[in-house]
Amino acid sequence: MENGVCAIPFSTVRLVMRPFRLIARLDVKGPNVVKGVQLEGLRKIGNPNILAQRYYVDGIDEILYMDIVASLYERNNLLDIVKETTKDVFIPVTVGGGVRTLSDAAALLRAGADKIAVNTAALKRPEILHEISDAFGAQCVVLSIEAKRESNSNWTAYYDNGREKSGKNVLEWAQQACSLGVGEILLTSVDQEGTAKGFDLKLVQAVTAAVSVPVIACGGMGNMVHLTDLIEKTHPDAVAMAHVLHYEKLTISSIRKHLSGQKVPVREIF
Amino acid sequence: MSTQATLVDYGLGNMLSVHRMLEHCGAKVNIAALPDDIISAERLVFPGVGAFASGMQELAKRGMIGALREFARGGRPILGICLGMQLFMSIGEEFGEHVGINIIPGRVKQIPSVNNLRNSVKIPHIGWNAIVNEQNKESWDNGILKGIQPGEFVYFAHSFYVDLRDKQLCIAQCVYENTSIPAVVRLNNIHGCQFHPEKSGPVGIKIIKNFLTLA
Repeated sequence: MENGVCAIPFSTVRLVMRPFRLIARLDVKGPNVVKGVQLEGLRKIGNPNILAQRYYVDGIDEILYMDIVASLYERNNLLDIVKETTKDVFIPVTVGGGVRTLSDAAALLRAGADKIAVNTAALKRPEILHEISDAFGAQCVVLSIEAKRESNSNWTAYYDNGREKSGKNVLEWAQQACSLGVGEILLTSVDQEGTAKGFDLKLVQAVTAAVSVPVIACGGMGNMVHLTDLIEKTHPDAVAMAHVLHYEKLTISSIRKHLSGQKVPVREIF
Repeated sequence: MSTQATLVDYGLGNMLSVHRMLEHCGAKVNIAALPDDIISAERLVFPGVGAFASGMQELAKRGMIGALREFARGGRPILGICLGMQLFMSIGEEFGEHVGINIIPGRVKQIPSVNNLRNSVKIPHIGWNAIVNEQNKESWDNGILKGIQPGEFVYFAHSFYVDLRDKQLCIAQCVYENTSIPAVVRLNNIHGCQFHPEKSGPVGIKIIKNFLTLA
């Protein structure tokens, strides 16, 4: 355990398992889904609605949309995309990027989003988390953390899609956010993101141990071994995947089947 | 001729998602913004996301509490979703004690943060979970769970659950971190889901279609 930051009794063994969730992460820039490496060098992948629909039909558990240039322009352009997606995608949709105010969050929820992910605005003004949580419930507030490694046991929270350093320690920030009513944490490793070289296991482990809310691990998945390693060693609640899905390296059904075979509880589709 | 479904708009919740789901399932959707729209509805869908007290406040502001009670007494089908179902109860314990619509006897309580194995429980309960039933599977055949198999997964996002006075009204449960949570309740024409059928993929579609065929 790092720095004694544990808020709850630390148990590495999950005696009672929660079904593990598979989330498709769609980073959006303008009208396109894009994918980069370490959140840079973006390549065009395709149309957000078509991809979301495909992943839904293939059996993904949730969709995560991230407007990755929104903070730069101080607005989120995902309203129309979300409205379109929720016409025929009947699973939870989380939307983030450029959410600065309670009314930004309200507009996205009205457009069909189920959860709102906040990073930049929360680092600048943490009370925004409390405001959204108070108005719409903790279950719809996701703290998005872009974590960059400083050492083996120390990470700093970044914003503006991994470009700007906040100076906040990731573990302390995660705990502070939980006390403000966050319902989930989306934890992206800037170092691993898009590399397909595996997750930052120490990071995920440290955060899952430090908070009592569900943690979504993101960044670095390139194959099944990465995922089973992640689950076995760090006990997150969900994984957000982009690379392996967008480049069709793995299918959702094969991931689900593999996890079932490894005795990891996942949603079963009859 | 398509089935009519009236969606109660009281300023809270995921109206659009539920609206879209109802249309997808072939319903013609009306929005009830006034108490009279509720009373005259053919069938009623009552969604909700947020806190118990603010839900009741919004209903009171619109004069809808009496209308919902009257509709429920009338015998036509009504479906409460998540907070919507919780508001059917007598009392809510979220941020103090608050009186509910009180058409199903019960209390809305927080999911205990420690389970019977003394493990800490993650709250909110967010994610897919299997619905099962511990006693009366036959209750599934003539209600909203018709054709659903025990063990099928639906999507939950909540921190509170309904503690029913009459446990028989719970026709499906989910087990979350070893704690049993009522997932579907039914009292005659009053149906409620703790989970979100509008977010539960093909299983949710089946549940909504079932509701639309109830007489």
